[in-house]
Amino acid sequence: MRITQGTFSFLPDLTDAEIAAQIQYAIDQGWACSVEYTDDPHPRNTYWEMYGLPMFGLKDAAGVMLELNACRKAFPSHYIKINAFDSTRGIESIRLSFLVNRPAEEPGFGLVRQEAAGRNVRYTTTGYAAQRPAGKRY
Amino acid sequence: MNAPNEGALIDAKKRYSAGVLKYKQMGYWQPDYEPKDTDVICLFRITPQDGVDAEEAAAAVAGESSTATWTVVWTDLLTACDSYRAKAYRVDRVPNTGPETGTPQQYFAYVAYDLILFEEGSIANLTASLIGNVFSFKPLKAARLEDIRIPVAYVKTFKGPPTGIVVERERLDKYGRPLLGATIKPKLGLSGRNYGRVVYEGLVGGLDFTKDDENINSQPFMHWRDRFLFGMEAVNRAQAATGEQKGHYFNVTAATMEDMYERADFARELGSCIVMIDLVVGWTAIQSMANWARRNDMILHMHRAGHGTYTRQKNHGVSFRVIAKWLRLAGVDHLHAGTAVGKLEGDPMTVQGYYHVCRDAYTHTDLQRGLFFDQDWADLRRVMPVASGGIHAGQMHQLLGLFGDDVVLQFGGGTIGHPAGIQAGATANRVALETMVKARNEGRDIASEGPQILAEAGRWCTPLAQALETWKDVTFDYASTDTPDFVPTATASA
Repeated sequence: MRITQGTFSFLPDLTDAEIAAQIQYAIDQGWACSVEYTDDPHPRNTYWEMYGLPMFGLKDAAGVMLELNACRKAFPSHYIKINAFDSTRGIESIRLSFLVNRPAEEPGFGLVRQEAAGRNVRYTTTGYAAQRPAGKRY
Repeated sequence: MNAPNEGALIDAKKRYSAGVLKYKQMGYWQPDYEPKDTDVICLFRITPQDGVDAEEAAAAVAGESSTATWTVVWTDLLTACDSYRAKAYRVDRVPNTGPETGTPQQYFAYVAYDLILFEEGSIANLTASLIGNVFSFKPLKAARLEDIRIPVAYVKTFKGPPTGIVVERERLDKYGRPLLGATIKPKLGLSGRNYGRVVYEGLVGGLDFTKDDENINSQPFMHWRDRFLFGMEAVNRAQAATGEQKGHYFNVTAATMEDMYERADFARELGSCIVMIDLVVGWTAIQSMANWARRNDMILHMHRAGHGTYTRQKNHGVSFRVIAKWLRLAGVDHLHAGTAVGKLEGDPMTVQGYYHVCRDAYTHTDLQRGLFFDQDWADLRRVMPVASGGIHAGQMHQLLGLFGDDVVLQFGGGTIGHPAGIQAGATANRVALETMVKARNEGRDIASEGPQILAEAGRWCTPLAQALETWKDVTFDYASTDTPDFVPTATASA
């Protein structure tokens, strides 16, 4: 399967030039980019690990690409994404978030159904890879 | 036109002697009135009956939407009646109306209302005054509430959207692009099991949301509990298959509040992130459901069913921009606000005006978009507009250009009617969307290059190529009935 989180997951994986263009767009909007990575891409896993802080005040995408490449080197088969933060009053949240690295094999998620009263079912989504210990998942 | 009101009766003995006075004489026409920052200001488009002068008609509107009755009442003297009287303070001719145009002369009448007239946090009370009696008033042939300026002091008495655009995106973990949805078709007749199949196919193919239609409640072919149970199976299966959060708007519209609460509670219990209601449930029910959604961390989707009966004709009713403002105060998270390019009514500039109302932190006067007033939203959460009705993947560049990122694009027929099936339809839309966002961010001119950008993506995405081929000639190019009329020199209220 292919996890379709992030802004561009239905497109072919972005090249580095395409990634840099999106980062530059974000910087030009006044947003600060950050690199985050995880080996637990559960759809409700909000807090991926931060690879450093968001890069406030950068003018050039090259700085973010350096960090991204360092992160890829350290975690070659993790999921990695670029987040862009907008500090505008009333927004103060992420404006763009897209995957820039994913493992070659994506085993995906299983669905556990707990049959409850009536016809009710309680659903739990579990990542097949996440059942292994951290560091041994991908 | 706005000369001092020389007919006003200052002398109390004459003003309150029994009988019938003109509204102007009763103090409802005050051309030198300066609206206060705390006043509600309404702009009415009025068509007076023959022989009724514009200022008298405006005064009548002010009177009938505030304190007046048809005759003089001495009991006014027991009150601080000056505060309670709405004041018509300005009348302008509407361009392109009047004897030489074949349309009866219309006027824009500005009316100010003191804050004391309205109960805090109650759209029902606000609307009972502003559109309660006045639209049936005989001296007017027609009247339309075009726009409203709500003072910050009143805005702050409302809680507004329970979730809002920012929090919705944070909950769903979806950023940087419009959300994608589809209404399940056919609207009527699918069993719960068949219905859930369409939900699953759409979501797994790439949609973020699917949606009940406005008239899907609990009919003989599909009772609501069946729909909810099968629908949530579909949502959860699609989530596991894609690793992405998904949702289906369950329509909880029902005969009574008790029924609506029961349905909404069941949707919550099953783990749904969103429920929907129809505009026809009424203001009080909407505010109650907003409170429910806030209490239960649910997104509240509003389908504007019925609005066309009073928003569409230019000369009579209530403009949708006013309805949108009331709904933002009342507290909905999603609001159908038009597509401009689809099958339903909507001049593009006018529709953009509605989007401003939903999404702005501060709405600026913009007469071309039908926005007559500056509106400070006082940090009230923002409503996600929904574009739905007769749109397809081939229009992606136009939709993104008109509406930007903070919108739900809903392709019902444009997903389910795909020749290769529902999943293919959903994938076509998602690929078209992501391709266009990427191109825009790269600095390409999507307005002119859009069709070419889509065709390029169609080369590696067969479902998109099929969608473009199927719907290439579909447009709904009819003249809009509701377009802005504006006086180029007009200025906003104080």
